[in-house]
Amino acid sequence: MNNKPENLRYTRSHEWVEDLGDGSARVGISDHAQELLGDLVYIELPEVGSVHHQGDACAVVESVKAASDVYAPLSGEVLAVNEALVDSPEMANTDPFGDGWLFTLAISDSGEESELLSETDYEELVAAEAH
Amino acid sequence: MPKRTPLYEQHTAMGGRMVDFAGWEMPLHYGSQLAEHRQVREDAGMFDVSHMTIVDLKGGGAQAFLRYLLANDVDRLEDGRALYSCMLNDAGGIIDDLIVYAGKDGEFRVVVNAATRDKDLAWMTRQAERFSVNLTEREELAMIAVQGPQARERVHGVLTQPERSAASELKPFYGMAVGELFIGRTGYTGEDGYELMLPADRAVVLWRSLNEAGVAPIGLGARDTLRLEAGMALYGTDMDETTSPIESGLGWTVAWEPEDRDFIGKGPLLAQRGRVGGKQMVGLLMEGRGVLRHDQAVCSVDGSVVGTITSGAFSPVLGRAIAMARVEGDVSSACRVRIRDQLQPVRVVKPPFVRFGKPCYKEA
Repeated sequence: MNNKPENLRYTRSHEWVEDLGDGSARVGISDHAQELLGDLVYIELPEVGSVHHQGDACAVVESVKAASDVYAPLSGEVLAVNEALVDSPEMANTDPFGDGWLFTLAISDSGEESELLSETDYEELVAAEAH
Repeated sequence: MPKRTPLYEQHTAMGGRMVDFAGWEMPLHYGSQLAEHRQVREDAGMFDVSHMTIVDLKGGGAQAFLRYLLANDVDRLEDGRALYSCMLNDAGGIIDDLIVYAGKDGEFRVVVNAATRDKDLAWMTRQAERFSVNLTEREELAMIAVQGPQARERVHGVLTQPERSAASELKPFYGMAVGELFIGRTGYTGEDGYELMLPADRAVVLWRSLNEAGVAPIGLGARDTLRLEAGMALYGTDMDETTSPIESGLGWTVAWEPEDRDFIGKGPLLAQRGRVGGKQMVGLLMEGRGVLRHDQAVCSVDGSVVGTITSGAFSPVLGRAIAMARVEGDVSSACRVRIRDQLQPVRVVKPPFVRFGKPCYKEA
């Protein structure tokens, strides 16, 4: 998998978070998620400036199979969204950790990050779900 | 324990994501159903359809039997022609949709769906009792469909000389046997191409040769979006035993003439034929973003329900969602579909949505 940053954390609902070190974080869906969803055809991104609590449904990814909510992994205000996904949703399939990123947010509660799963914990979760 | 076709190992070797379909382990896709869909529209793709049920009919009474069994009339066929028909129950409901090929000497071949095999065979066997006809299921045959603008040429490249010769003569919707190979110029995608019925071991060789010649394997996901773009119905999803051909957009497959032909389900069908304002199938075209899906409610502008989507999908050629829906009463040309609690505007259109690889409908 190209473009996969180190030190990602994950949610149980298959979102990844990358702490950008400046009080903000980048969010996307995992490779496991995009594989389960199949070809993505529409992505509804959150509004820039909107504020969400950790666990809120804040975006929608729609594949050939089904529409799926994306949940905010951390609380905060949306700073930027990946506009390119509007016309090219397939980037979230082909490069889920890189060009397929969904949005960035301002981290309002840094304590929440420790509630997220580490890479190892997430891989265990995925392996367990396969059975 | 799901059944496997003779091509199962080929699918897994080619990266097929296998799923259960009607008790068979079949490839949903080989990586991307969107890419596979485009491959068929632009070039050539091949489908393993060996799970479908092939039944040969022999005997002097075969013609009379089929004229009674089916809502369409095999009298319309001359040697080699194929016919698309519904097979009805006594109430006029659809037991299955199928294709019949007329062979030499009053013989016929019928291809029915995989999911309906058991009930179809039981029904046909029972109805055949009064006729001098023999039904033989050809379980040993595999079936490969090759579809797309380049399909025929690619197939010709892997056939023997006599097979190639026979195939190139075939007109659309005709079929013929050449030795152990049966070639039908038919398909379920709206593209030109062939459906090939052949012994299992040759099928494996042919599949690999076609792949080497650049024909991509295509899964069930793309098969569904291709047939929907082409306006073709899927049994069990768009119609079933509770729906008649008239209510399923298949009135055109019923042969009302000659009037003196009796067929199963004729009475109820004739009664429906004269009626005004019953259920009918329409095509829907999504105006904005979002995917139309099976079971979504179709509503008029004021929100009252007028019907249900039977088949819906994202159309790769149109770049937006399309659907077939069964509606009742007056449906104006602009209506709504309820998608996740919101009423979204859709346009009512007449299928097909795609013809010769091109969209039939442009932006609103």
